[in-house]
Amino acid sequence: MSARKTSAPWASAYRAALVVGGGALVIHLVIEALFGAPVPGTVLVTLPTVALPQTFAGVRVGGAVTAEAMLGATYLGLQFAAIVASLGAANALASPARLLKSVPGAVYELGVAVVVALTVVPEALAQLQQVRRARRLRGREDRGLRGIAASLGPVLHSALERSLGQAAAMDSRGYGRQRVVSTGDRRLTATLVLTGLLGVLLGIYALLDAALAPGLALSVVAVGTGVALVGFTRAGRRVTRTVYRPDPWRLPEWLVAGSGLFAGVAVMLLGATGTVALDPTTSPLSWPPLPVAAVLVVLVAALPAWVAPMPPGVEVGHRRRASAAAASTARAATTPVHHGAPGPSEVAA
Amino acid sequence: MIRFDHVTITYPNAAAPALRDVDLHIPEGELCLVVGRTGAGKSTLLRAVNGLVPHFTGGHVSGSVTVAGRDTRTHPPRDLADVVGVVQQDPRQGFVTDTVEDELAFGMESLGLPPDTMRRRIEETLDLLGLADLRDRPLRTLSGGQRQRVAIGSVLTTHPQVLVLDEPTSALDPGAAEDVLAALHRLVHDLGLTVVVAEHRLERVIHLADRVVQVDRDGRVVDGDPATLMMTAPVAPPVVELGRFAGWSPLPLSVRQARRAAGPLRQRLADLHPADHAPSAPVDAIVTATHPVVVQGLDVAYGPHSVLERLDLLVAPGEVVAVMGRNGSGKTSLLHAMVGLVPVAGGRVRIHGVDPSSVSARDLPRHVGLVPQDADDLLWAESAAQECSDADRDAQASAGTALAQFDRLAPGGDHNRHPRDLSQGQRLALALAVVLAGNPPVVLLDEPTRGLDYPAKRRLVAELRRRAAHGSAVVVATHDVELVAELAHRTVVLADGEVVADGATATVIAASPQYAPQVAKVLSPQPWLTVTEVTTALAGVG
Repeated sequence: MSARKTSAPWASAYRAALVVGGGALVIHLVIEALFGAPVPGTVLVTLPTVALPQTFAGVRVGGAVTAEAMLGATYLGLQFAAIVASLGAANALASPARLLKSVPGAVYELGVAVVVALTVVPEALAQLQQVRRARRLRGREDRGLRGIAASLGPVLHSALERSLGQAAAMDSRGYGRQRVVSTGDRRLTATLVLTGLLGVLLGIYALLDAALAPGLALSVVAVGTGVALVGFTRAGRRVTRTVYRPDPWRLPEWLVAGSGLFAGVAVMLLGATGTVALDPTTSPLSWPPLPVAAVLVVLVAALPAWVAPMPPGVEVGHRRRASAAAASTARAATTPVHHGAPGPSEVAA
Repeated sequence: MIRFDHVTITYPNAAAPALRDVDLHIPEGELCLVVGRTGAGKSTLLRAVNGLVPHFTGGHVSGSVTVAGRDTRTHPPRDLADVVGVVQQDPRQGFVTDTVEDELAFGMESLGLPPDTMRRRIEETLDLLGLADLRDRPLRTLSGGQRQRVAIGSVLTTHPQVLVLDEPTSALDPGAAEDVLAALHRLVHDLGLTVVVAEHRLERVIHLADRVVQVDRDGRVVDGDPATLMMTAPVAPPVVELGRFAGWSPLPLSVRQARRAAGPLRQRLADLHPADHAPSAPVDAIVTATHPVVVQGLDVAYGPHSVLERLDLLVAPGEVVAVMGRNGSGKTSLLHAMVGLVPVAGGRVRIHGVDPSSVSARDLPRHVGLVPQDADDLLWAESAAQECSDADRDAQASAGTALAQFDRLAPGGDHNRHPRDLSQGQRLALALAVVLAGNPPVVLLDEPTRGLDYPAKRRLVAELRRRAAHGSAVVVATHDVELVAELAHRTVVLADGEVVADGATATVIAASPQYAPQVAKVLSPQPWLTVTEVTTALAGVG
């Protein structure tokens, strides 16, 4: 994580994610201690029990807090914290603008809209600061809830104005130019995309409902996907856009993506085959076992800390070789190492 | 190259057209300067060139605008992007990507140019505009001048035949403005680009122009040779006013031309002394209880970056002090520290003996008033009249105070208009009226002349001088040397957060080739700064 961090505005997301993850863990523990179903075992503390009216018969408040219950809650909380931290890390390392380069032509315009929308939050925060300053200059309350509430109107107003200005600027610079396409051609493309997506949907429904034989349902999904892909490719051809210095996909990128994938699949397999117990037992109370195989697998996932290319601006000489997607995979895969609790988070990552 | 054929543009809900019956032809390879009072329709004219008007703004357009043979009625801005490059007033508004290099590439990507062409053009553009060292820099870390050059570069990479710029130097210090204009000059001369530029600070560009297009208040347009048009133009730079006064023919447009004609005038002035810039209040370094502004050893830092270092500034009652210095030298931070908007890391700031950061927001307007750089930030009400009555209430002033002030600064301004629909000059007048409603003994202005025409500037100068004569202390942070020459008793120059010069305006700005006003350059070594000084002195002789 820290090896590839940039000074970009989104780079602070990781810290925020760690705080959120840690906070969630603590809250989970507190709730478990107060309201958790009683787990027999070593009693740590006995809290005073609150007698509830008959209607809340199933709810327990207070009572004995056992080490087993707390340990179980810690494991669960750690899993959640690991997922949040992984997402935060991915967020911190990936530049939305660079992800845009890998977006296919057909949905490129949508992608730009999303990226521009993503900049709205930091912009609005800066604007809020500015409006609060202006309130002070005009002799109105600039602090407290009322001050902030009164600032929202002007902030929204200027955000709207800004986005109109940006839209005009983007249009002036040729954003959204398209090759002229005949109406028939456009209709054909639309039909292909819609039919394909419909096919995929029906196929999945059939698969889940078991209305059709699994083989038939799968082939419906496959054909649907194919038709939709043809449609998307045709739609992409209308866009005349090219990419300046596209992010290359070379050995480091393969290594990073591969190590993340490997770790995820391997842990899943180890868990499924029962070679490694992914959910450490809480009863009887014991130190969680250290499954050697799983640790080795997770260490593989930590590999990108060394092999991942440097993002631009971190070190001269390695400029522009990193792939945002690869870097985020790397993060997602390595983070659980810090927590030492290999669990379903790898699968989620 | 650009042809306006009987174009009349009326915005929705507008009583009168913004442009009326414009017939204009701008041939290839010309640098065309659009001048006019604020709110006259200059921006409308520029935005009509690439079809932003009416495709983005709505409104009714009669007649036709054609650029390189393409009619803007049938071509939306994106389909003109390969022939017209537009740089907006605030370049930040046009940025789409995060870094300099990506920003330069964006336009070419949209046009679908092959990758090797893009690589080549980006290198060429980086060199042409002197941006090579900045290629990886995030856009938000750039200074004003750098930002403007990136904005120009980002439209140049598509090799447009026409470049349209709206006030490209208004936010720039004199040095950065010269860089940008030199780049434009080179584009016109070396690449045969047609450039259309709107600018209020005529003194910076008039000598580069091949043609002047003057937009009048009623939306009519006159165009012609700069020297001819400047004989009668309502907006004229100091060098032209001096030439008109002295009856020089042909009318000089540059300092160099004027200097060559100025021999006889210098002789007539040889025994005279400027009377006007004598009101300079005594500059004493001893802090007295009467000093409305006392800044001692001020340190301000944003994170690890120190912005101001051990800065001292004393302002006497009735004194007007100009703070100058390049973009990012700490002028704005100094003003913000004086109203308690930024935390002070060291030293002290006192406004009439009170620490401004300890003053509650409600009491602030009666101690000190600041008109910030984006004066629009202060305006939230639905109409100018509403804004003024709110201000009277906030400042506990008697009803009508702010509105009277607004009328003094912007006579004829429509009270019922939404502040955002007022012209730039009227908006500034409104913001100033709002700030002055509390009658603060200390008035601070941050870059007040952006987008102001010469008459609006004169009214601003008159109002601030009146305030000073009544004992207010005024501090103005600005890049506008002509304003400083007209207004300030004392000038302080900042560099990297330190004071590098502090003294009477005449001595400080006349001594520097970068900050000297045009009249000082024409008449040096004589100590004249403004046309008014010269005319009053000669009128006294008779």
